[in-house]
Amino acid sequence: MGQPITVTVNGEKRSAEVEPRLLLVHFIRENLRLTGTHIGCDTTHCGACTVLLDGTPVKSCTMFAVQADGQQVTTVEALAAGGTLHPIQAAFKQEHGLQCGFCTPGMMLTSLALLEEKKDPTDEDIRWALSGNICRCTGYMNIVKAVKSAAATMNAAAAVPAEAAAARS
Amino acid sequence: MLPAPFEYHAPRTIDEALDLLDQYGDDGKVLAGGQSLIPLLKLRFASPGHLVDINKIKDLDFFEERDGTLRIGPLFRHKSAERSSLLASRYHVMADAAPMIADPIIRNRGTIAGSVAHADPSGDWGTVLLAMDADLVLRSKRGSRTVKARDFFSGPFSTALEPTEILSEIRIPAAKAMTGGAYLKLERKVGDFATVAVAVHLRMDDGKVGSAGIGLTAVGPQNLKAEKAEASLKGVRLDDAAIKQAAALAAEAADPKADQRGSVDYKRNVVRVFTERGLKRASERARGGG
Repeated sequence: MGQPITVTVNGEKRSAEVEPRLLLVHFIRENLRLTGTHIGCDTTHCGACTVLLDGTPVKSCTMFAVQADGQQVTTVEALAAGGTLHPIQAAFKQEHGLQCGFCTPGMMLTSLALLEEKKDPTDEDIRWALSGNICRCTGYMNIVKAVKSAAATMNAAAAVPAEAAAARS
Repeated sequence: MLPAPFEYHAPRTIDEALDLLDQYGDDGKVLAGGQSLIPLLKLRFASPGHLVDINKIKDLDFFEERDGTLRIGPLFRHKSAERSSLLASRYHVMADAAPMIADPIIRNRGTIAGSVAHADPSGDWGTVLLAMDADLVLRSKRGSRTVKARDFFSGPFSTALEPTEILSEIRIPAAKAMTGGAYLKLERKVGDFATVAVAVHLRMDDGKVGSAGIGLTAVGPQNLKAEKAEASLKGVRLDDAAIKQAAALAAEAADPKADQRGSVDYKRNVVRVFTERGLKRASERARGGG
């Protein structure tokens, strides 16, 4: 009893016939073999399965794949597109923002959505934004540091073309 | 965890959705934000044969103050409430509650109307609506009816909503001048359900209480309206004695159960303390402070 869906995942249109009860996280992991998205608690608490739906963080264990029909999904695999670490990934590595790494994909995608909205978040903003993502080993301090560091890198990178443009005019 | 199989419907209009609900009756269920329903389906506490997903219907995400009424549509999400400057400036009890609902990722998806229809006794929005004396519009293929929030909740996860109906609109009397509110919630950690929470919605009138609404979360089989406490405040000066008396009446109205979050006495005492604090905060805000 398959239902046809087309979801744009990391910029690529992916079509499949799925059972309505198939959760988005299973579609991503099992149908598309994108296993960077993790299943943690499976009960809408931990945020390990967080992906972006049209740019907004959602828990992919708490949504059906059929609901994403016609929408854009971004998973952790999109971050290092082209083989270079995204500034958020580089910062998590640099600042030791992970230990076991299980929660990291969700942490980074929630951070990405935060940084799209707030270029220069405070510690409080970061802690608040990440309060739906649970980490059981780093203790969060380094995660907060990593997000701040990523913000600084991304702002510097954004400033460079602007300065170049200003210099040209 | 996999839910039991169901048929999925994604109607494009509300009429189509109402047709589907009419057709499937008890075997149909509305899917809005899904942040309570999908976990229930996964645990197989619920296994409807048909899910009617309303997310693809345009114009259900409305939120407007018009003709003396604040109107909230079925797809208005917690996140939007959290970011609303209208709520922050004039509907304090809602602005307080919104960021305390679950966690930010759940708030991106979950809806106020869905939370109210779900009717968890530990849910927050029902309590807020009780304090604000909201009306709920229940619409089916056969027409619409309006039910007061106080008549809507009938027990744990039980409401006046029929299987063929959608909670199509929440109507809250527009906040008049000198109105203030507060929502106080005790939770073990961010994102947890309330151990106890209290909603206060207060309108002052010439130095006295014009009307007071007090709602209680997680201290009974459903969200409660502390009507005796509300009545004790009407027309009186909000001095310490009046506040203490109302708080004692609110604590009496609470009917908590002991669990891992606390004992009966403890929870009732939190109701008392939160009602006092809530009334003080609400009256400061009514005067333009806080």
